[in-house]
Amino acid sequence: MNSVERQATIRSRRAFLTMGAGAVAAYGGWTWLRSRPQEGGVPWPIRNVLRVNEKVAGAYLSDGHLAPTFNEEQVNSELRVNGDVGMGDDFDPKAWHLNVQIPQAEPLQITLDQIRALPKFEQTTQLNCIEGWTAIAHWGGARFSDFTAKFAPSESNATYVSMQTPDKKYFVGLDAASALHPQTLLCYELNGEMLPYEHGAPLRLVIPVKYGVKKIKRIGTIKYLQDRPEDYWANEGYDWFAGL
Amino acid sequence: MKRLEEKHPLAIRWLHWINFPLLFLMMWSGLLVYWANDVYRVGWHETTLFAFFPEGFYKALNVPQRLAEGMSLHFFFMWLFVLNGAAYVLYLAISGEWRHLLPDRNSIRDAGLVMLHDLHLRKTAPPQGLYNGAQRIAYTSVIVMAIGNVVTGLAIYKPAQLGWLATLLGGYQMARWEHFWLMIALVGFFFVHIAQVLRAGWDNFRSMVAGYSLVETGDRNE
Repeated sequence: MNSVERQATIRSRRAFLTMGAGAVAAYGGWTWLRSRPQEGGVPWPIRNVLRVNEKVAGAYLSDGHLAPTFNEEQVNSELRVNGDVGMGDDFDPKAWHLNVQIPQAEPLQITLDQIRALPKFEQTTQLNCIEGWTAIAHWGGARFSDFTAKFAPSESNATYVSMQTPDKKYFVGLDAASALHPQTLLCYELNGEMLPYEHGAPLRLVIPVKYGVKKIKRIGTIKYLQDRPEDYWANEGYDWFAGL
Repeated sequence: MKRLEEKHPLAIRWLHWINFPLLFLMMWSGLLVYWANDVYRVGWHETTLFAFFPEGFYKALNVPQRLAEGMSLHFFFMWLFVLNGAAYVLYLAISGEWRHLLPDRNSIRDAGLVMLHDLHLRKTAPPQGLYNGAQRIAYTSVIVMAIGNVVTGLAIYKPAQLGWLATLLGGYQMARWEHFWLMIALVGFFFVHIAQVLRAGWDNFRSMVAGYSLVETGDRNE
């Protein structure tokens, strides 16, 4: 073998061994990642990166960045009904009131009329389901920020908000910045009419900066918190933040 | 007599091979996500020639009911995919390697001649540097498609906070459609790329691993 071919063989062997080692390391990394103890159905290193993503998205989240709005002609004729957790039949709308829990304060019971008395906002926004489909609907209700200013003024700097259905079977956790975003509504009207029961009457959340999973129907309780609340779908392997 | 000719710099080789599993994982996790709303097809009105994807395809790959897993993987590996891709583009730009890669004014004509040559319709291939015209166009398109995938991906990821971007791309559903078809185009590139690598032979493949090519010097004395 002449020196050129010997040199080629040496270089080639070294390069292929290095690549083989790299492939083994990559496969090892993948196996390690997949076998880590899980947090909410996700291996912890991936859960940690989802939290990093949340920090990045949270830093960019602004009351000045509004979700696109649409014309009323673009509203979908029928809004798909998706998700019935917490929507059991044992519900009496006439007995409904909203429980509000504020740290170091007496719990409040708020009626729909009190919420209707807040300034009413209407917006035509897109509902983004986490599955990937979207629907445009026209929503009417009170801004959550107005609600907070009126009924929980001490909580304008809360860190988190939790909302639950009356039976506590469905619950969402929200960062306060998203909850207080100007397009976040406590909604009682859909397409100009009273909110239908299958879409969450008497009161549901409309929050265009989050996926549909956060747009909880039939809100029974609202809590203001300093610690991160649980979230139904985050316990099932989804991102807790679920921001758009 | 043969000599070693340097072909691919170390950085290009590493970034290329790191990209391979990352792109694969992005496609795989993307498929898990896509399954939850698998609406795209080739067809018109009531006629569907091919629906993405057939039930048997999902079943064989164990895709169904893994949306949450797909999203978490997608939003984990996106960082590595973007960082690696950015390093590749930066390296091309700074090292001057882009001169070998970007199409020039002859590339379109050369690419046609290369195709005729590859299909055995023409005896000779046009003269080339490191890459021929078809390769220049293909390798540059892949970078453009990958950037397109990142941009459309961002619009799908944050359609509210980046609402202007989603609107620019034609809305959320349009951006999702674009993201999907750019991915299909990348898959198409992948298969052609593999076929061409197989066709080109060992020396070419080795050059992407070890960096050099063994070329005849034209010297007759052994």
